[in-house]
Amino acid sequence: MKRRDFLKAAAGGAAVLCTGGAAQARENLQPAPQAVGMLFDSTLCVGCKACVSKCKEVNGMPPVIRDGQVQFDSASDLSGDTLNVIKIYKDGTAKVKDSEVDGFAFEKRSCMHCVNPGCVSVCPVTAMRRDPATGIVTYHADACIGCRNCTVGCPYNVPQFEYDNPFGQIQKCQMCNQAGVERIDNGQMTGCAEVCPTGATLFGTREALMEEAKRRLALKPGEIYNYPRGDLGKPYNSHEKAAPEYKQHVWGEKEAGGTNVLHISSIPFDKLGMPPLGERSAASIAEGVQHTLYSYLALPAVALAGLTYVVRRNTDDDGGES
Amino acid sequence: MAIHKNDQFEQRLGVSRRDFLKFCTGMAATIGLSTTDALAMAEAVEGAAKRPVVIWLHGQECTGPTESLLRGEHPTLERLILEMISLDYHQTLDAGAGHDVEHAKDASMAANKGKYLLVIEGSIPTKDGGIYCKIAGKTMLQHTQEAAEHAAAIVAFGSCASWGGVQSTGINPTEAQGAQAVLPGKTVLNLPGCPPNPYNFLATVLHFVTFGKLPELDEQNRPKFAYGRLIHENCERRPHFDAGRFAEEFGDEGHAKGWCLYKLGCKGPETYANCPAVEFNDIGGGTWPVGVGHPCFGCAEEGVGFTKPLFSLADVKTHTPPNEFPLIDQRENATGASTGAAALAGAVGGAVVGAGAMAAKKIGDAENNSSDNQG
Amino acid sequence: MSGYKPLGGRIVTLPFIALGVLALIGFYYLGVRFTDGMAAVTNLNGGHAWGIWVVYDVVIGTAFACGGYALAITIYVLNKGKYHPLIRPAVLASLLGYALGGFGAIFDMGRWWQFYNILLPWNWNFNSVMLEVGLCVATYILVLVIEFSPAFLERIGAKGLLKTLNKLLFIFIALGVLLPTMHQSSLGSLLIAMGYKVDPLWQSLQLQPLLAILTAVTMGFSIVVFEGSFSAIGFRRPTETPLLSGLGKAIVGLIIVYLVVRFAELLFRGKCGLIFAGDFSSLMFILETLLFVVPVVILASEEKRRNGRLLLLAAISMLLAGAFYRFNAFLFTLDPGPGYSYFPSVPEIMVTVGIVAFEIMVFIVLVKTLPVLHTEEHA
Repeated sequence: MKRRDFLKAAAGGAAVLCTGGAAQARENLQPAPQAVGMLFDSTLCVGCKACVSKCKEVNGMPPVIRDGQVQFDSASDLSGDTLNVIKIYKDGTAKVKDSEVDGFAFEKRSCMHCVNPGCVSVCPVTAMRRDPATGIVTYHADACIGCRNCTVGCPYNVPQFEYDNPFGQIQKCQMCNQAGVERIDNGQMTGCAEVCPTGATLFGTREALMEEAKRRLALKPGEIYNYPRGDLGKPYNSHEKAAPEYKQHVWGEKEAGGTNVLHISSIPFDKLGMPPLGERSAASIAEGVQHTLYSYLALPAVALAGLTYVVRRNTDDDGGES
Repeated sequence: MAIHKNDQFEQRLGVSRRDFLKFCTGMAATIGLSTTDALAMAEAVEGAAKRPVVIWLHGQECTGPTESLLRGEHPTLERLILEMISLDYHQTLDAGAGHDVEHAKDASMAANKGKYLLVIEGSIPTKDGGIYCKIAGKTMLQHTQEAAEHAAAIVAFGSCASWGGVQSTGINPTEAQGAQAVLPGKTVLNLPGCPPNPYNFLATVLHFVTFGKLPELDEQNRPKFAYGRLIHENCERRPHFDAGRFAEEFGDEGHAKGWCLYKLGCKGPETYANCPAVEFNDIGGGTWPVGVGHPCFGCAEEGVGFTKPLFSLADVKTHTPPNEFPLIDQRENATGASTGAAALAGAVGGAVVGAGAMAAKKIGDAENNSSDNQG
Repeated sequence: MSGYKPLGGRIVTLPFIALGVLALIGFYYLGVRFTDGMAAVTNLNGGHAWGIWVVYDVVIGTAFACGGYALAITIYVLNKGKYHPLIRPAVLASLLGYALGGFGAIFDMGRWWQFYNILLPWNWNFNSVMLEVGLCVATYILVLVIEFSPAFLERIGAKGLLKTLNKLLFIFIALGVLLPTMHQSSLGSLLIAMGYKVDPLWQSLQLQPLLAILTAVTMGFSIVVFEGSFSAIGFRRPTETPLLSGLGKAIVGLIIVYLVVRFAELLFRGKCGLIFAGDFSSLMFILETLLFVVPVVILASEEKRRNGRLLLLAAISMLLAGAFYRFNAFLFTLDPGPGYSYFPSVPEIMVTVGIVAFEIMVFIVLVKTLPVLHTEEHA
């Protein structure tokens, strides 16, 4: 084979693999068989922040102090000290709850526990893992190198590094099931779902929650509905309330391959700060490219063999010296 | 105030000066006024040449507000009230009855035209010309309108008089309305509550007597000192709400421990009143509904009490710490460029470009030199 | 026998001291980062987890260090031996660039004391682009050390070792071509998983690795031109313009390929309208594209390629273009969601400036003490 031909073939091959090869990219992952999750119904949230408080208690996190106000936790967003936060959407006079115009609405920010978790996909050292049974996305500090690719690769900017700690780690919601807490394994529900007085945060299996969400979306506005609280699997209580006018959209059913934490609301989700996501997860595209180029390291191995041959010949010509 | 007034005053009111000043200070505190204002109140009451006349009407009601007022236990309250004001007409408390008292009322209203204080207790039925509540052959509607005509001020005492109360709920068979609704163009001061707190009434009357005007009112004409805040904001169980500790049912562990009653349907988060601060019946120890373990019923709030189901969850209207909510786009530590950093970044960029340009110039010069040498 | 000689001369000069001061400031703040945490020094936040330390020190810094890689392709793969005199300074610059890129990656690592976890096979996540980058960069630094070691071995006169090394060097040269191809393309692939956060003008998804490698190689050639010109001025050596002008031709060709791919992607995905949207992104795109076009315009004619000044200007333009491409994609136009913003803090910038100053200082010292620059007869 002439050197020139080899180079042509190599260049062509590389170009194909860099571009067209991605057509064989993997599909989105499917939800874990017994995936557990939460349903956040923005219209039920009264903004009591009991979930924020309970979350800090269960996970042993300090309050975020602002302007010397030490009495209250005043976290404004997720951070190394906050895994769960209630935020507000406001428009105009902000008088009417769950109204897009001149209204307000509450929105919960915490890990969505993606079916196709970006953080798990990008982590070089497998410090982020998706539990094969429950689908819970967990973090393992003993493996983590702190590169923060998980933050960058998360569509929701959820994993947060403790920047103020010289020996910090990533913090994220692990559905109260991390080592030492293990509420789910012990048959309990997440802390936030447990304390939520209105059932705005509801715990359950992804499947059951999805059914519940769709049932609510099918309600006529004003229709009285018995809203369960706590754990959907074993509701110990519920309360009756007139149904609001839901947007016909379960966030997390399809977004970037879906999430185990679902949201429903009366306000369009982009107004509630949800990112512009399609159905394909970006992580799955990246993995497709990566696996095409580096499948069994076959391509690099072939390239190395060719390169070694060519370089050997050329260094011989030059007298073997660099 | 002059000492010589003292004996005369004590005689008139039948209380010691010490008890009287204590009472005035307490009233001033209820409204949120200073000790100086309390002394002004005391002076206003004792210095009055003639006690202010009060005409008190009863519509559709249970006499709850009057009963509540009678239970005020501050220094011999009933005597103070009866001596302090001239209660010229009150169907429950009047000694007389029948046409005599009606005549007395008419006479008093004529004599004190434009000076008397009108207190309305109970709602006013308006269906079929208001025939469902008649006193002395006249409907309550007529009584109210007549008395309001020349009143110096009008106070609606209790939820019924304020916004219709229990009679106005549901199908409202008599089309019961509050005083304000049947007195368009008049300012009616509302003191809702079922029953309303007597001290809010006393404080309002004293304010009127002292300063000659009504206290500051909110949009629903309720005095702000009493109705400016949600029950939820001053509730002693609030920390349990913030921490997510709720009683799940009556008699459970959380209920026994005094946890938040929100899940049991407490309407404190949507009811404006000062119950947790003033309490009831002067016995202290948290004597008010939530204090004794029952969820707030929302009696003072139109659209809540007698309207919402007892155990349905309240809308939470608080916007005080810690319930200040971060906006969707509010982030932690998302600081913009500091002037120093921007300048430094500019300097680095400038240095890079500058060095490049300089080098290009120099290399050009070097080449020219070498070609000159060759040439 | 080799045509390389140490430059000699005084090491501590005025510019050297100035660089030293910058390096000291940088290392001071770096110390603060290790004692007080990253928040004490950087402006990193929940939405912008990667600041200039990642984007400049690692992503752009290693692209600037592609000189050795670009020349290795030219000399050993395309068999253009005449460029041999340029290889050692280029490999040295690459070694320094990569070493400091690696160092940058370590001090940007939140849990740097556990960095070895990426070397332990049972931790590997084969889905991760970052894993490929990390392992590949680490290996390439070793390869660069080996590629540069002849200079050191010559200096200490270890003739036997040198001979053995020269016999095996071809393997490392081959690796030195393969590894940068892998990780420089992967540095582009890092953007894929960032999805919507990357501005559509830069989010080319499957084309990210191709665009990254194309610009990296072009930046490699440009940095060789740049370094050649600078050592000509800085060390008062004769200009190497005739040799460098050949690289100019490669630069033009590569930029044209890059531009075709770049615009084809925008065209086929229907994103051309965004170029003229008039917002910050479109402005940055136009500026970046102009910087790519300038070298093509300058270097299109043979005559201009032989003009050292224009050649250097073209190279600088290309280096800025490549840096801009990366800055834009990773930082300037990155949008993690409403409300997030990032601008580096003064200490953060000073760390990067200090690191670059230190890199230049080490380059000066090594060039003056080790046989790196080629003797002058070649020109």
